[in-house]
Amino acid sequence: MIRGLSDATSIVRAVHTRETSARDVTSAALRALGAVEPRLRAFLCTFESEALRAADLVDARVAKGERPPLAGVPVAIKDNICLGPDLCARGDGLGYGGTTTAGSRILARYRSPFTATAAQRLIDAGAIVLGKTNLDEFGMGSSTEHSAFGVTRNPWDTDRVPGGSSGGSAAAVASGVCPIALGSDTGGSIRQPAAHCGVVGLKPTYGRVSRLGLIAYASSLDQVGPIASSVADAALCLQAIAGHDGGDATSAREPVPDYSARLEDKPQRLVVGVPGQARSGANSPELADAFEASLNLLRGLGAEIVSVDIPMLDHAIAAYYVLAPAEASSNLARYDGVRYGTRANLSPQEGLRDLYERSRSEGFGEEVKRRIMLGTYALAGGYYEQYYATATKVRRVLREAFGRALATCSMIATPATPGPAFRIGAKTADPLAMYLEDVYTVGVNLAGLPAVSVPMGCTSGPGKPLPLGLQLIGAPLQEASLLQAAAMFERARGPLTHRPEVTAI
Amino acid sequence: MADARNAPESLSAVDVRHVARLARLRLSDGEVEAYRERLAAVVGYVDRLRGLDLSGVEPLSAAPVSVASLGPDDPGPTLSPGSVTAMAPESHDGFVRVPRVMDGGEGGA
Repeated sequence: MIRGLSDATSIVRAVHTRETSARDVTSAALRALGAVEPRLRAFLCTFESEALRAADLVDARVAKGERPPLAGVPVAIKDNICLGPDLCARGDGLGYGGTTTAGSRILARYRSPFTATAAQRLIDAGAIVLGKTNLDEFGMGSSTEHSAFGVTRNPWDTDRVPGGSSGGSAAAVASGVCPIALGSDTGGSIRQPAAHCGVVGLKPTYGRVSRLGLIAYASSLDQVGPIASSVADAALCLQAIAGHDGGDATSAREPVPDYSARLEDKPQRLVVGVPGQARSGANSPELADAFEASLNLLRGLGAEIVSVDIPMLDHAIAAYYVLAPAEASSNLARYDGVRYGTRANLSPQEGLRDLYERSRSEGFGEEVKRRIMLGTYALAGGYYEQYYATATKVRRVLREAFGRALATCSMIATPATPGPAFRIGAKTADPLAMYLEDVYTVGVNLAGLPAVSVPMGCTSGPGKPLPLGLQLIGAPLQEASLLQAAAMFERARGPLTHRPEVTAI
Repeated sequence: MADARNAPESLSAVDVRHVARLARLRLSDGEVEAYRERLAAVVGYVDRLRGLDLSGVEPLSAAPVSVASLGPDDPGPTLSPGSVTAMAPESHDGFVRVPRVMDGGEGGA
């Protein structure tokens, strides 16, 4: 990073005024990436020469008088978001030409023929893609340990996980490689790694951002969104990627407000609802203290803190681990070793069933197989009513309860996670313990709501300091109010008391 | 959670083999037991949903999105045949190639 240019807002201003060039910003970001990457392993592939060529194109646009809203901003893209061979909309043949693996062996050599809408919109806005980031295979995990291509480490403590599944994107932003990265969030995969890495993560309303080109995990829950170094940068990113896309039938036809315009205004009246579950005894003591301190900070800013009652939140994890695997078992049926992806080496005696079973068994990792089987079980004859149908009813009750709560308050606050980032390996042998990591985030996906995770403080030890995240949940399409409240909180909180151990800034 | 771990028998090895077959996954005998144990813990946990009174509740399969209307049904360019077969692990003459389907293929075994 160039000194003083560690956030997207400053970079865009400096590139627009030609105080610096997109090329210089990109070179600095690539140096930063090279410096921290050996210790973090946040990236699955990087695009040095392509990024510099893309930066030159942005500089040329600026020279012609254009003012691209993300001019020269280095970004990282989670590797379940497709980048095609010809990325440049202007037809000059610029291509990033990388693979899109979704963290899976079954897509190890897959090259997408097209680019995801969210990524294309960032590129059109002048952002420079540095590389693709590591993730839990197909987004299935909360630690980035379930990647076929190795574990990403937390920049605050490299013995700990960065969270997941967008752990590579969160680590890239937290270590100062780039101020913005794209993640995807099916049950917390943007907000939880953002919290564990001390950065901002926003899961937009279901339908707010196009999923065209996002490799599907659970289609009724998946949403693309920003991980960013600040609330203002998250707003800039959302501005670029939000909005209707004819290529995604679940993309909302709703106007996109100006997310940055009112970011510094104080919300007129802020009533923050706190569900009882937010104060669970399972929270780590330091997190519980940081959460109360955050509520006090909000109170000091004029917010009214009220209790809200969402009893069905107790069952969100159980419903999620029926619905998400059920959808995954269907979505991942496409990996059959026939049309794309890896095919097992068959002997001449083997037939089509061998091809399916061996390609899938050799191509998928353990957690993916576990979720496919769980979903197949929940949808199987005799169990469908008991599991899948029941979970969809829990989902309706939960959405309605959130709706009632959000009719009485402006937003809902909970911790983003029950505790700070855990040690690598601590939860891999116990899937259920890993699933409970998402206790505060999955309900939001089931209800289709927007939510932001913003750093609320750090642990004070023993051991290295670790960041903790506050989650603010809003009514559908209320991202602007959420970002405004998060920005107010961020200003009042001030800089975090500690910095990551591995940082390029 | 404790309940779930006390009831690991909720899912049998036969269930796991059946589900793996439906899902087109092949597990070794050792894997069957490992998956059974961990899947049983999760199934035991999600079994808590069975005690809920959800009578009269309509299912919700996805949050509603204002899609307003269907898009125009205009034919347009899509992937070329070449780029499709280029993605396939094995192709021949513009076709995707698979092993034999009859006699020992999907129908047999």
